[in-house]
Amino acid sequence: MSYQRYDYDVIANWIEPGERVLDLGCGDGSLLRHLTQVRQVRGYGVENDPERIVACARNGINVIQIDMEQGLAGFDDGFFDHVIMSLSLQAMRNTQGILAEMLRVGREAVVSFPNFAYWRHRQAILNGRMPVSKNLPYQWYDTPNVRFFTIADFDALCAQEGILIRERLAFDEDKVIVDEPNFLASVALYRLGRAGG
Amino acid sequence: MHAHAQCAAESVGVVEPRQAHFDAPLPLKSGGVLPAYDLVYETYGTLNAARSNAVLVCHALSGSHHVAGTYADKKNSEGWWDNLVGPGKPLDTRKFFVIGVNNLGGCYGSTGPNSINPATGKPWGADFPFVTVEDWVDAQARLADRLGIQRFAAVVGGSLGGMQALSWTLQYPDRVAHALVIASAPKLTAQNIAFNEVARQAILKDPEFHGGHYYEHGVVPTRGLALARMVGHITYLSDDSMDQKFGRSLRHDKPVFSYDVEFEIESYLRYQGDKFAGYFDANTYLLTTKALDYYDPAFDYDGDLVAALGRAKADYLVVSFTTDWRFAPSRSREIVYALMHSDRRVSYAEIDCPAGHDSFLLDDPQYHAVLRAYIDNIEV
Repeated sequence: MSYQRYDYDVIANWIEPGERVLDLGCGDGSLLRHLTQVRQVRGYGVENDPERIVACARNGINVIQIDMEQGLAGFDDGFFDHVIMSLSLQAMRNTQGILAEMLRVGREAVVSFPNFAYWRHRQAILNGRMPVSKNLPYQWYDTPNVRFFTIADFDALCAQEGILIRERLAFDEDKVIVDEPNFLASVALYRLGRAGG
Repeated sequence: MHAHAQCAAESVGVVEPRQAHFDAPLPLKSGGVLPAYDLVYETYGTLNAARSNAVLVCHALSGSHHVAGTYADKKNSEGWWDNLVGPGKPLDTRKFFVIGVNNLGGCYGSTGPNSINPATGKPWGADFPFVTVEDWVDAQARLADRLGIQRFAAVVGGSLGGMQALSWTLQYPDRVAHALVIASAPKLTAQNIAFNEVARQAILKDPEFHGGHYYEHGVVPTRGLALARMVGHITYLSDDSMDQKFGRSLRHDKPVFSYDVEFEIESYLRYQGDKFAGYFDANTYLLTTKALDYYDPAFDYDGDLVAALGRAKADYLVVSFTTDWRFAPSRSREIVYALMHSDRRVSYAEIDCPAGHDSFLLDDPQYHAVLRAYIDNIEV
């Protein structure tokens, strides 16, 4: 996506200038490009889609073509300051595995995902149809998403896995949602750390 | 998206090799010295006024300085990487000044075992000193000096050529902006050395090898050289591509219980082996396979590739091919992770191409799209 997304600003605010950053599922590299411009990060993206690899190369972004489902073998422990997964976790099968890998190779992890319990999605389900929205733009038969979860679900998973939630911001479009995020927010962003780390 | 550029892609046209003579002795990694030598090379495109648009293309085991274009008097004489280098091609000669060099120890015009040893007045033969990837890079750097090129916009190579591109960034970190390391490895595995050793034994045990001094006997160890090439060819193709190309096709449509050619793959290997033995030099083959085996930039760093890459200043593109088992993707990833952990800028593409190691010479659309996208961003 070429336009600047509001979540880019949130993520940029969580990153110090000059950090080493890994972006998992980096697409065409536009987030890394933004972070390079505003935070001068040393950034690397991970992708496995051939066209997006070409797009990253064209955008001058470091991109590494591997299948994230296989984990991040080859990446040293704690090498990155932040490991980001922006709106991709719902398209990963190995959810627990990749979260553990993110917090192995990164000091902190940044995760954003569409909240399936957003009220418009609930309304769609009540009306008998699977939700289709700006953040869930696919039909049920062509969606790349394989995990359907909510803010409450993700909070529970973090507690179960011993993952520290250092910060959580929830949004409806570009508006911050403070109350009832699991009902009113379409997207959530998390800053995560290792328990005891 | 690149349809226009590809439609417009042309050949660099008719080219001519050039020769450069060097009188300053070249100290070699083996401890030997090459007192004087010639390098034969070709160039495509024009060196700009700032001398900032030069790209060096390094060749692999059997390659040469003839990277692109054709020879005026010769049919089917396209350079070995003609699909990559030319006007409108991924390595665009309208922007870049591209150089191909035949490496020392070669048999295409640069000083090698079939050149005259000034000390004896006879061909060097087996007395030609061992040359390494590092020695080749040193010689290429002297040619760059001669051509007035202080810093390459890029050094590019596949397989053994990729090792040279990588080595350039370690030996001359200030003289390379980008390295494109394709279908390569940071060092050979035991299995890979084993294939080279079988090839060498085939040559060394040929009765016409004469300890490497076959020139004086007026013979060529063609049987050994052909056998060496046959082994090589098996490893350059994937199981699938070989099966697709030849399968179990029989020349006589049924088994005739003979050691003559029956299966088409036998015909192919014999043809390739004999053809190669007709023009390539056996001593060059021996030397070059040893250069492959010896290459190990991490050797002096207790095997720590990250430490070995600490000197590098270049940006990198690393490319591998899913079906390449001679230089498998996992070997390219070793380079990628070591570069990343050395804080080098690096991108890595793993191309799904069925042709095995030979893929790097083909014009697979995804492969060339990645190269084009990366190379287009190289500033001159």
